[in-house]
Amino acid sequence: MSQRIDTTFSGLRTERRSALITFITAGDPEPAVTVPLMHALAEAGADIIELGVPFSDPMADGPVIQRASERALRHGTRLADVLAMVRTFREQDSRTPVVLMGYLNPIEVIGYEHFAREAAEAGVDGVLTVDLPPEEGGELVEALRQHGVAPIHLLAPTTTEARMARILERAGGFVYYVSIKGVTGGAEADLSEAADKIAAIRRHTGLPVGIGFGIRDAESARRFAAISDAVIVGSALVTQVEALADEPQKIPAAVAARVAEMAQALRQAGGGA
Amino acid sequence: MTATTLPDERGHFGPYGGCFVSETLMEPLEELRQAYQRYLNDPDFLAEFEADLATYVGRPSPLYLAERWSRRQGGARIWLKREDLNHTGAHKINNTIGQALLAKRMGKRRIIAETGAGQHGVATATVAARLGLECVVYMGADDVKRQAPNVYRMKLLGATVVPVESGSRTLKDALNEAMRDWVTHVDDTFYIIGTVAGPHPYPAMVRDFQSVIGREAREQILAAEGRLPDALVACVGGGSNAMGLFYPFLDDSAVALYGVEAAGDGLETGRHAAPLCAGRPGVLHGNRTYLMEDDAGQIIETHSISAGLDYPGVGPEHAWLKDSGRAQYVAVTDDEALAAFHDVTRTEGIIPALESSHALAYANKLAPQLGEDKIIVVNLSGRGDKDIGTVAERDGIRLF
Repeated sequence: MSQRIDTTFSGLRTERRSALITFITAGDPEPAVTVPLMHALAEAGADIIELGVPFSDPMADGPVIQRASERALRHGTRLADVLAMVRTFREQDSRTPVVLMGYLNPIEVIGYEHFAREAAEAGVDGVLTVDLPPEEGGELVEALRQHGVAPIHLLAPTTTEARMARILERAGGFVYYVSIKGVTGGAEADLSEAADKIAAIRRHTGLPVGIGFGIRDAESARRFAAISDAVIVGSALVTQVEALADEPQKIPAAVAARVAEMAQALRQAGGGA
Repeated sequence: MTATTLPDERGHFGPYGGCFVSETLMEPLEELRQAYQRYLNDPDFLAEFEADLATYVGRPSPLYLAERWSRRQGGARIWLKREDLNHTGAHKINNTIGQALLAKRMGKRRIIAETGAGQHGVATATVAARLGLECVVYMGADDVKRQAPNVYRMKLLGATVVPVESGSRTLKDALNEAMRDWVTHVDDTFYIIGTVAGPHPYPAMVRDFQSVIGREAREQILAAEGRLPDALVACVGGGSNAMGLFYPFLDDSAVALYGVEAAGDGLETGRHAAPLCAGRPGVLHGNRTYLMEDDAGQIIETHSISAGLDYPGVGPEHAWLKDSGRAQYVAVTDDEALAAFHDVTRTEGIIPALESSHALAYANKLAPQLGEDKIIVVNLSGRGDKDIGTVAERDGIRLF
């Protein structure tokens, strides 16, 4: 299952470097931008693309990604539209893994089984549902697995080791370690605390471990790549999308330039603890 | 299993409730659940809670027979549970006292809350002032403008009021923002949720703190009428005053339970706040429940003359009581609520909150149907002083 994610990480192990995972919100600032932007990200060196599914009440997100959701929703971007974007992206890119990240309610409306099937058919490789802890997530996780889509799970600084073990039994694709107590786009994590936590995570899983929340530039990407298998950059990129919201044709090139810097930094650093 | 044994260990009321939050909050919620379980059975904690309810809130609140109003409409005798006479003017303080005592025992020094009309914010700021805790209240930016007196009250009490500019700039967005604050300051902060919604254990915990309303009402009506009432009526936004009244009566199957939602301009217009009557199940703010949402699962804006009912979700236990048939949920329009507001004010000398006026309006419909030998208890959940600006505006009068 989630072949593309596994292939990507095993290729990176050979290259001895960490993955760069880039987050954008689908439909932000308008739906026509998303697919060209995804291609630009992949060309600039993003190893995995995380596509945010807009939601009216993004409780775990900071102001930058909240506003991205609001812009996308003003254009009526629905989960079905996001799946269509992935399908279009796949016409030209069959290599770059795509992970959907969002909240449960839009998935509830479609139905778990239906969603999992459609996502797999569209070419989605993983799904991360922010407000669905494993205690409530059994049914969706099962549906995703049956269709070969990886159920990506979050771990947090507050996650106890006992809990970590339970979560990692179910996790697929890679593990997303939320490096700070807070929302997306917040403060930068303490590197050594994060390193300790990632070491603990590795005691329970052979899955690659990515780290996200608070990574904003090539320098911080390089530092956190040294202790993880992947760094996830979101708000820093969405901020650029926002700055160019009135000139959307400029967005792919501008964001790609930023991503290229980060990708370059990771290639120089090597890593993958 | 009887209704009173719910929720289950993980906070489920049938398919509703649960704990739908990001991973960072799972452990803090578990700590809260454990603390709450421990203190729920701790005689010292309960004694302190009850003493505060007696000497600070002014409990028990009276059960009052609205004789003139009952006579005027004919039919059942209507008793009013006078939560409007509590300190700070509504039932909200029962819960904030309970949670603040819990916060103190858990060693938290900072309290946060969300508020719509400002009643829960005021009740939270009040207990924070009394216990010497830092208090931050999140309030939708539009509500901050509409509810200036309550904003000022909170500031007088020493709270910081943060206007929330995201989303629809109302209660649901304030709740999102309070959650974001909590996840960021989770080590030293206690989040006092104001209603029977949110992730487990909040729905059960808030219900338990509010169920003093129903326990008192049960004793009082038995003393006054020698029997249980035929029906209970309470308004439902998030549903804490209704749950508080209903809960001690859940096993009394002869007592009909009516939750009254806000029909706004009318259910048929779509401009309302009645998820139980006209919404469908989904997941928001940490629990599965009935929601106002569009066909893509996005939460939609609600409309009600009463800010306290202007919320797109509802407590999960109400969702369960609806599906199980134990309670019935109905809706009354802004106009019907306003008519009841004026009626009760003029015939009983009691100015009810616009929220509570929804319950009164439904009791007004129910009483003639039930007949003269029947008894209705209505939860008069708050006083209407806060609403006179809204009512005046409807009548074309500008007060301030």
